[in-house]
Amino acid sequence: MPPTETVPGDVPELPKKAAAAPLPAGDAPGLRFEKVVKRFGDTTVLRDLDFTVAPGERVTLIGPSGSGKTTILRLLMTLERPDGGLIWVGDDTLWHREKKGKRVPADQKHLHEMRKQIGMVFQQFNLFPNMNVLRNLTEGPVRVLGLSRDEAVERARQLLDLVGLADKIDAHPSRLSGGQQQRVAIARALAMRPRVLLLDEVTSALDPELVVGVQDLLRDIARESDLTLLCVTHEMNFARDISNRVLMFDQGRIVEEGTPEAIFDDPSEPRTREFLRAVRAS
Amino acid sequence: MTDVLDAYPQLLKGAWITVQLTLLGSALALVLALAFGLAGTARSAWVRALNRVYVEFFRGTATLVLMYWFFYALPLVGLRFTPMFAAVLSLGLNIGAYGAEVVRGSVRAVPRAQYEAAVALNLTPAQRMRRVILPQAVALMLPPFGNLVIELMKGSAIVSLITIGDLTFRAKQIQNSTGETLWTYVAILVLYFVIAQVLQLLVRLAERRVDRILGRRPGRARRRARAVAAEVGG
Repeated sequence: MPPTETVPGDVPELPKKAAAAPLPAGDAPGLRFEKVVKRFGDTTVLRDLDFTVAPGERVTLIGPSGSGKTTILRLLMTLERPDGGLIWVGDDTLWHREKKGKRVPADQKHLHEMRKQIGMVFQQFNLFPNMNVLRNLTEGPVRVLGLSRDEAVERARQLLDLVGLADKIDAHPSRLSGGQQQRVAIARALAMRPRVLLLDEVTSALDPELVVGVQDLLRDIARESDLTLLCVTHEMNFARDISNRVLMFDQGRIVEEGTPEAIFDDPSEPRTREFLRAVRAS
Repeated sequence: MTDVLDAYPQLLKGAWITVQLTLLGSALALVLALAFGLAGTARSAWVRALNRVYVEFFRGTATLVLMYWFFYALPLVGLRFTPMFAAVLSLGLNIGAYGAEVVRGSVRAVPRAQYEAAVALNLTPAQRMRRVILPQAVALMLPPFGNLVIELMKGSAIVSLITIGDLTFRAKQIQNSTGETLWTYVAILVLYFVIAQVLQLLVRLAERRVDRILGRRPGRARRRARAVAAEVGG
């Protein structure tokens, strides 16, 4: 497939936003799943999944647990290997590389190259307990991006300012609340200047009173940056706030898709309605 | 009893040899444990096989037999070791095999989420191990390592059988010359115990340090801050 076809042109253009200083800026790639298959043992989680995300688009994946949403993020972060199909990030395939005109499975070098564009925030934060907050934020930029220690520290300071934790720069992760840890994790992901950000149920592990703060932060980041955003969440108001498009999944397939207003206010599929009713009742 | 106490320079000399054997043997065991333990976590089945062969062979052979082999058998094919070298080699190889299992188990016990976060930051496989997994695994390794070092120290008593003048060797000498069997063996019992306690203390200190790095124990700065807060509050 010629690279120009990998990003579809029929998705409405999004207005470019002025990127705030510490936020990643630059052209964000689109994403495209092409007949992607993922199995765990005998269970097929994704079957011939096709979908596209335009550059800079912000998409939320909703659906019952086990419907394959998180698997999609994990495939994109190269934490899981697909069993079939192609995943495009911009003009390149994530899990395959070109060799003598043939498509062969990606090696470590190709994955390393592709991962430069992608960042992820996890449900359980996953901060490194053997490093303080500053080191959590500088380790990647110094070791992977080759920034000088001073540059990395400066970047970390700006990001901690952004997430409202400038005073915690020397703190140990275990001394922070869940909400604070998640803010640090968001800053850590942004410090790598990804062009695609994956959010995997980022508020599910937080105490209720801490959820809003983290959501507000992410909404601001989403608005002020031009990242391509893929978000899995059970918080429907957050999904409405943060995304321009919502995909409803069930059993590894897309049941329905549309703008947040269309999906949440006027869903057409019975399965979507059923799911939304169940989520709202809880 | 006074005869035994009079022979204390002999005993101290022996104790010093025992300490040397322990330190050198542990250093070798640590290197082997890390190398073969990490091999045991490798993706490649061939590299993992290296770990299995090493662990199974040296865990399954008696240290004494190994030592005899290095000291008495290898010279027959022209390989001659000093007694000390043969002793350190056999002690290190044996304890290193147990240590390799400790390293492998500890690395595997670090939560997978940590590995995933390291991948998400695009760290290379070597950086993931060196910067994220291993520092956390060390915390799990330390207590069993402490046991192994003490095990090695006690096991080193067998080196007296290849003419090394360690604590046990000296005790036999003193017992021969004084006839004080009871007090001689009481004396080295106590000395072995004291050495073990010192080793145990060192391991404890290392554990505390690692716990502090991992934030499981309030650090010095934190304690100071709390003291200040208490003062201000009071």
